Amino acid sequence: MALFDKYAPLMGQFESLESTGYNPFNVSFDRVLSPTEGVIAGRRILLLGTNNYLGLTYDPDVIDAAVAATRSLGAGTTGSRVANGSYGGHRQLERHLADFYGRQHCMVFSTGYQANLGILSALAGKDDHLILDADSHASIYDGSRLGHAQVTRFRHNDPDDLDNRLRRLADTPGDKVIVVEGIYSMLGDTAPLREFVEVKRKWGAYLVVDEAHSLGVLGRTGRGLAEAAGVEDEVDFVVGTFSKSLGGIGGFCVSDMDGFDILRVASRPYMFTASLPPAVVAAVTEALNQLRHRPALRQQLMDNARRFHAGLGDLGFHVGPEASPVVSAIMPDPKTAFAFWTRLLEAGLYTNVSLPPATPKGLALLRSSVSAAHSRSQIDHALSLFADTGRELGLIPAEPAIPTWVKHPTATLAGAEPQDALAIGFRSQLLARLAAPSKAMAKYYSAFRRQSPGRARIVGDK
Amino acid sequence: MQNSAEQIRSLVFDALRAALDRPVEFSDDTNITEGLGLDSVAVMDFVMEIEDALDISIPLDRIAEVKTVGDLVAAAQDLKGGR
Repeated sequence: MALFDKYAPLMGQFESLESTGYNPFNVSFDRVLSPTEGVIAGRRILLLGTNNYLGLTYDPDVIDAAVAATRSLGAGTTGSRVANGSYGGHRQLERHLADFYGRQHCMVFSTGYQANLGILSALAGKDDHLILDADSHASIYDGSRLGHAQVTRFRHNDPDDLDNRLRRLADTPGDKVIVVEGIYSMLGDTAPLREFVEVKRKWGAYLVVDEAHSLGVLGRTGRGLAEAAGVEDEVDFVVGTFSKSLGGIGGFCVSDMDGFDILRVASRPYMFTASLPPAVVAAVTEALNQLRHRPALRQQLMDNARRFHAGLGDLGFHVGPEASPVVSAIMPDPKTAFAFWTRLLEAGLYTNVSLPPATPKGLALLRSSVSAAHSRSQIDHALSLFADTGRELGLIPAEPAIPTWVKHPTATLAGAEPQDALAIGFRSQLLARLAAPSKAMAKYYSAFRRQSPGRARIVGDK
Repeated sequence: MQNSAEQIRSLVFDALRAALDRPVEFSDDTNITEGLGLDSVAVMDFVMEIEDALDISIPLDRIAEVKTVGDLVAAAQDLKGGR
């Protein structure tokens, strides 16, 4: 037991959750019925926490491709692509992704987590510098630790702080690699990519953008935030995952950089792991095809995202600054987050609980992810369950009681463009103040105010 | 600009007080995570305040080595060249 003594505090928390019978970190589905419905403990549940953005997991063509590939090529590859060989499907998927992004090179990894591990650890060597957004996903932090570069972090979405960090490194030898994300997975906010690109050019750094949550979500053709922001030429490496909008598992990196393929024999998370099985490769290839040829899915997704984000905001919940498929309600503390999550599940709605240190600024979050597959009535049903639960727990007013000008700030805020993210964020801040926010929320909103001026609306552009 | 060791020490102490939600007594020997209950991200966040004030960047591997308040003061002094 001594070996695990170091986990005593964690074990205490985990066991106390287990004892309630509702542990959000140990959920098991009896069955999954569709992208939006499943069965937990014998009860039919509406799924609002699965990152299944385009709802492609049950697409008949995707399933057919997986079945056919398994029948003809077997269940697994039993080895690494470097030591044991690639299948045709691996290379074909890489070509399709490179073509989709209009880039010369693509590498496919066995998970999205490994894509960040493999790219970040290999890009930046011992004398180089990785500069990470502070709210980066764990895989970005872990990838940074796997390599030998010096790692520093800058304040979330803050181009001035990034500029400061690069200035301090100006006289230090070595390449500088900046890492940011398209959509951040906890609050659903996007990076101010145009501003970051200016800083990158000023200091001659390289830029990696992780589009895990923005592939198939943002941009005219679904390539992500870099496309939406019109700066793809300035993004040196795009990393992404197959496990969200593409409904499978795996990760990738695309680039135009000469010599990119040397990473295949330099990146340990690429070399020393088994390659993706034929079924997954075939399913993801077909899902990518669907993503490219069914832009209506993206439209439906963003309609649902806006409806749910605005709905929670109007009810009086504290939500992230932008409407995106990730919609998190900020809870006053972890205990309330667990209580809220449990009541929603008992009422037939599955969401996620996210806690520090996985969340920014010490926030306890009740996190939802919206899908193109959700019907309008499913979104509205989820909102009504949030309303009931929020009122039962005293988190939101019994009646919304929000002045119209707060609800529709674009009508009265001088200079605000319709659907301006800043205006939406401004309303969220007002709502937060009206409801006397906790210290954690106050900290979050003060951080948001600091970084929001001048930000352009990008999420949901058309 | 060089900061004296004592200036850096008082700056670190002030930043730490501001990062804590409650008044807590601490000294150079206080363990930041176990003694003050800050998680890994909270530590990195409050280190940013120190970095700003001293115009330095403390790499994550140096932050990971920090156990006590005194370790952090020493790391900041080292990077600032203040001793």
